Amino acid sequence: MTLLYIIIAAIVLLGVAYAFRMAGQAATSNKPFFRDMPFGVAYGYVLGAVLIVLGVWLFFQPQNVDGVPQAGVMFFRWAVQVFVVFAIAAYLFRLLGRSVGTEGSKKLFRSMPLTAAFGILIIIIYAIVAIFAGAIAPYGQEEVLGAANIVPGGNPAMNGNPEFPLGTDQIGRDILSRLIFGAQNTVGIAFVTTCLAFLIGGSLGFLAATLGGWLDQLLSRAVDALMAIPALIFALLLITIATAWAGSASWQVTIYMILIIAVIDSTRVFRLSRAVGLNIVVMDYIEAAKLRGEGLGYLIFREMLPNAYAPLLAEFGLRFCFVFLTIASLSFLGVGIQPPLADWGTMVRDLAQFINFAAFAPNVALAPLLAAGAIALLTVAVNFVVDWMLHKSSGLKE
Amino acid sequence: MSEPLLKIRGLKIEGRSDETWNPIIKGVDLDLNKGEVIGMIGESGAGKSTIGLASMGFCRDGVRISEGSVVFDGVDLVTASAADKRALLGKRIAYVAQSAAASFNPAHKLIDQHTEGPVQHSVSYRSDSQADGIELYRRLRLPNPDEIGFRYPHQVSGGQLQRAMTAMAMACRPDLIIFDEPTTALDVTTQIEVLASIRDIVEQFDTAAIYITHDLAVVAQMADKIKVLLKGDEVEEADTRTMLSQPQEEYTKSLWAVRSFERPAKPAVATGATPVISVKNVTAAYGTVDVLHDVSFDIHEGRTVAVVGESGSGKSTTARCITGLLPPRIGHIEFDGQQLPLNYRQRDKMQLRQAQMIYQMADTALNPRKTIGETIGRPVEFYLGLKGKEKRAKVDALLEEIELEPTQYFHRLPSELSGGQKQRIGIARALAAEPKFIICDEVTSALDQLVAEGILKLLAKLQDQLGLSYMFITHDLATVRAISDEVVVMKDGVVVEQGEKADMFQPPHHPYTDLLLSSVPEMDPDWLDNLLKERGVDNIGDAAVDKM
Amino acid sequence: MAGLLRIIVQRLLLGIVTLFVVSVIIFVAVNALPGDFAEAILGQGATPEAVTAIREQLGLNQNAFTRYFVWLGGVLRGDFGVPLSQALFAGNFGTTATGTEVITVVDQIMPRLRNTLFLAGVSAAIAVPLAVTLGILTALYRNSAFDRSMNVTTLSAISSPEFFIAYVLILFLAVLNPVFPSLSNIFPGMEFSERLNRTMLPALTLTLAVTAQMMRMTRAAIINLLASPYIEMARLKGLSPMRVIVKHALPNALAPIITVIALNLAFLVTGVVVVEVVFVYPGIGQLFVDSVKIRDIPVVQACCLIFAAVYILLNLTADILSIVSNPRLRHPK
Repeated sequence: MTLLYIIIAAIVLLGVAYAFRMAGQAATSNKPFFRDMPFGVAYGYVLGAVLIVLGVWLFFQPQNVDGVPQAGVMFFRWAVQVFVVFAIAAYLFRLLGRSVGTEGSKKLFRSMPLTAAFGILIIIIYAIVAIFAGAIAPYGQEEVLGAANIVPGGNPAMNGNPEFPLGTDQIGRDILSRLIFGAQNTVGIAFVTTCLAFLIGGSLGFLAATLGGWLDQLLSRAVDALMAIPALIFALLLITIATAWAGSASWQVTIYMILIIAVIDSTRVFRLSRAVGLNIVVMDYIEAAKLRGEGLGYLIFREMLPNAYAPLLAEFGLRFCFVFLTIASLSFLGVGIQPPLADWGTMVRDLAQFINFAAFAPNVALAPLLAAGAIALLTVAVNFVVDWMLHKSSGLKE
Repeated sequence: MSEPLLKIRGLKIEGRSDETWNPIIKGVDLDLNKGEVIGMIGESGAGKSTIGLASMGFCRDGVRISEGSVVFDGVDLVTASAADKRALLGKRIAYVAQSAAASFNPAHKLIDQHTEGPVQHSVSYRSDSQADGIELYRRLRLPNPDEIGFRYPHQVSGGQLQRAMTAMAMACRPDLIIFDEPTTALDVTTQIEVLASIRDIVEQFDTAAIYITHDLAVVAQMADKIKVLLKGDEVEEADTRTMLSQPQEEYTKSLWAVRSFERPAKPAVATGATPVISVKNVTAAYGTVDVLHDVSFDIHEGRTVAVVGESGSGKSTTARCITGLLPPRIGHIEFDGQQLPLNYRQRDKMQLRQAQMIYQMADTALNPRKTIGETIGRPVEFYLGLKGKEKRAKVDALLEEIELEPTQYFHRLPSELSGGQKQRIGIARALAAEPKFIICDEVTSALDQLVAEGILKLLAKLQDQLGLSYMFITHDLATVRAISDEVVVMKDGVVVEQGEKADMFQPPHHPYTDLLLSSVPEMDPDWLDNLLKERGVDNIGDAAVDKM
Repeated sequence: MAGLLRIIVQRLLLGIVTLFVVSVIIFVAVNALPGDFAEAILGQGATPEAVTAIREQLGLNQNAFTRYFVWLGGVLRGDFGVPLSQALFAGNFGTTATGTEVITVVDQIMPRLRNTLFLAGVSAAIAVPLAVTLGILTALYRNSAFDRSMNVTTLSAISSPEFFIAYVLILFLAVLNPVFPSLSNIFPGMEFSERLNRTMLPALTLTLAVTAQMMRMTRAAIINLLASPYIEMARLKGLSPMRVIVKHALPNALAPIITVIALNLAFLVTGVVVVEVVFVYPGIGQLFVDSVKIRDIPVVQACCLIFAAVYILLNLTADILSIVSNPRLRHPK
């Protein structure tokens, strides 16, 4: 039935779009903008306008009807409010960046899109939270506080408690504190893993590109074979073996996981750094340096590496996201970061069933979404920044 | 006088960079009558191609026409609707692009792309247009005209594709064709053929044309009148013969003067003198295929040997053998009478230092992340062992030698320099090693003519001051004439002919040298006519090469 | 044509070699366990009988080289052995769990593999047309408001972990508006429409994750193509925009788009694991995760090999299709 309404609405809009274009042509006495407008574009404008009107309408719907919370409206309002707050914060941050700092950084901020400013802001916040987690968090990550299943929101009338603004979990640990420590654990471990992957993959990739020959062949074929197994699957296989190896020591499992993911990911880094290296090696200035009689170390560190920073940095961002998501997924599946360390993937899994209460208690459903959202937010932020960097470097070439 | 076919008035075009619009074309006028050919010349960045496209009412992404009118046969293409423009494009105005290989769709046969215009514009039926296409191929002297159209673009050579594209432009018998550097990517011997066939066909159908090029000699053959452009502004316009004989503006005169630079001949080499570099019976291979066959020549102190040939002739490979990047399979290289190790890895610092190299593309020859001071300072430190103040003094001296102000340029990055300045830094880096011998690999071919002349003069000055020997790799015979003492002509990895420059530019020659020399366009507007008369229509370009 | 055929045969052979190497990697990884495999798995409380039974089941009394070929031979005959859980049971009680026949790894995997393929098929059927259409649209109207908002949306979708998308979908489409069931218990003999209904949420989750990536890659490929000189030439010939797209862009866009699709379907293989766990969907991904947790090595090995085979097959398909659709290779000089 809903589907039928949507189809009818779409057909009506066809007519509206046609009228819109006609009206535009008449009103502007046939300016090229309306004259050369394809019908599809007119339709797009109309569709966009309708969606915006619908959104505004939904936003101003009552949140409570006869005492029953309208969860759909509430979630929509929250989403819109969060979106607006983020947009304003990003805008202010960019404004700040444009007026404070060195000449170079100001220039950078002037050409920066809002999404990238948002990304940088989020990354800075996460970094601060991760580094100073111990000082910021109100409680310890393993601390069991007695009161289990306190609802987020801090409103005693709705079964909340202002001492635990985001509530507590099933065994009574403070969710806010666990989220904050999760930043330290999840982000920290992902960061270390990515660095390790770059150390292995990057150095081997550059070596293969510079030396070529049998070393390059050997490494490339090995990487081809390793990459023929999907990353998450391979990680799961190796972790199975690692857990058998580690026995009961759970911190060992975490260490093995870091090593395993670093090695698997280093294959991707190898591919990229080898490709980047090969592009640089064919440059005449490398030939000039070789003919001058320079050694391998000088070639790689002084001539090649400075030119590879931009693509490698972008790749670092992407790889970090990938590693971060892999670790979160593994933890979510129960084989990643091991308790008692607080970690977002595990938290999502533990709190997941609260989602089912969303219809009558929208606050309750927030807890698992917050943990999952914390993961998504960071990866979105990093991706925004990387997207901008890639766009900038490709723009310069043209 | 009747209204011209194409009338451009006050054309201003802007391009977007860093979110702002900057002017590219700053107000250009143009009148073109039916059947007339105008040549547009200028250096890179002059806006020739942009004007060419704008005269079709077309702008690339990030470019827009901000002011002015382009009136073609009564229709202003700037304000016309997209549909009105489409009705003219291809049918009455056609375009021939610089790179035919990239401008043909790889997924369709040539003839299908040829007939598309006439069929879509309802000018003729497919079968008629196909027959006409084959006729055009014949007139453009393409080999196998009945059959060549049924091939895919990648199965046809570059020069032939360029002619097929001219045929495609002719398919609807347009009133105006825009030729955008149609021969720039071709070798000289192929270029002749394309030039001749373009000119014939334009004359036969009385088509008006805008011919865009940076090559003065080419435009002299093709155009009735010439417009000179500089950085988006018109410098002057006149009919071809007037323009060639009496240019009015300083800029035009300087362009014309480039061709007259020639350094005086040096005394002959004393018999028995040991050459600085001696290439001895070198045969070299990439993989298992020999690309050089028994190449030998000497380069004496203080002299310039030009190695000439078309693409694929083995010029650059010879350079790679001398530097040791490609160890020869047979033969060896001698320096001051002593045999050098074949592979550069086995050569010691002194040996490496004596032979330096300057590259064609200054962009890739300088590390973009190193300042000028670092780039020049490294060989100073590496070879001469200078550090600190001594090193700085030496780098400053080198910068002065290449006529760049040391304090101003020392801390700059290559991206902050112009093409010519980058090439000078390349020279300074080579000089920093205090070598006896420098290989110059097409050092001027990526530069505009005026800048190139500056580089050639600088190289000549340095040779006189320091007694350097040059091996000068080039495909441009004007450069050879300007700077060389001896010439080595190569073709397909073999030395065809070698000798003193004076002898090389006097007949008799080896037939290939002859062909190469005579194929280089000259500033004389009658040059192409005379050449064609001399050779006969069936004996130009590829055909002539094949006969040898 | 002979040249083309030769390239394809070469690629196929390469694919087989890769698969072989992958089987070696998996085998070596499993056998890299220190000490006695059986004891490591069973822990210290195991009875000697159980250990012996396991050793026999896994053939641990032979050397690694023989074991590999016995295993590979079995795999080639479609025999992946017996799940450890079953073997354990047999070792402890001298009989199989059901008391009748031995349940092999293949028996366990086959029905679940079918379910997973169904899920992947549904996702692909939604994702591919959607992604290609959106990709072409964003490429045509690049830098418009539509394109920019799509860019932000897809970037966000790519960045979000699959379980986040899954729970958001559950929240809106199962809890707040009960359109689809949030748990996908599927069993044999179910009606197709009911089965489709229950598969919908996991399929939508996968679709969202894959579409974003596929769309961005399609967009990039098309923009790259539209910048090529022959498209400019076609427009300068006065052809209609429609004809430029259909006749000039599409034949050349086919190869990159096919590659994009195949690559993303391969990506789907990985995504399936998490999504199946969230929705308790009885597919091979869930079996895999469960087996990982109880360290059921034969099942893990088999699942891993199957995932890798599908992955390699899809990449191979992408490779071959892009070769076939390349005019330069189809019409050699």
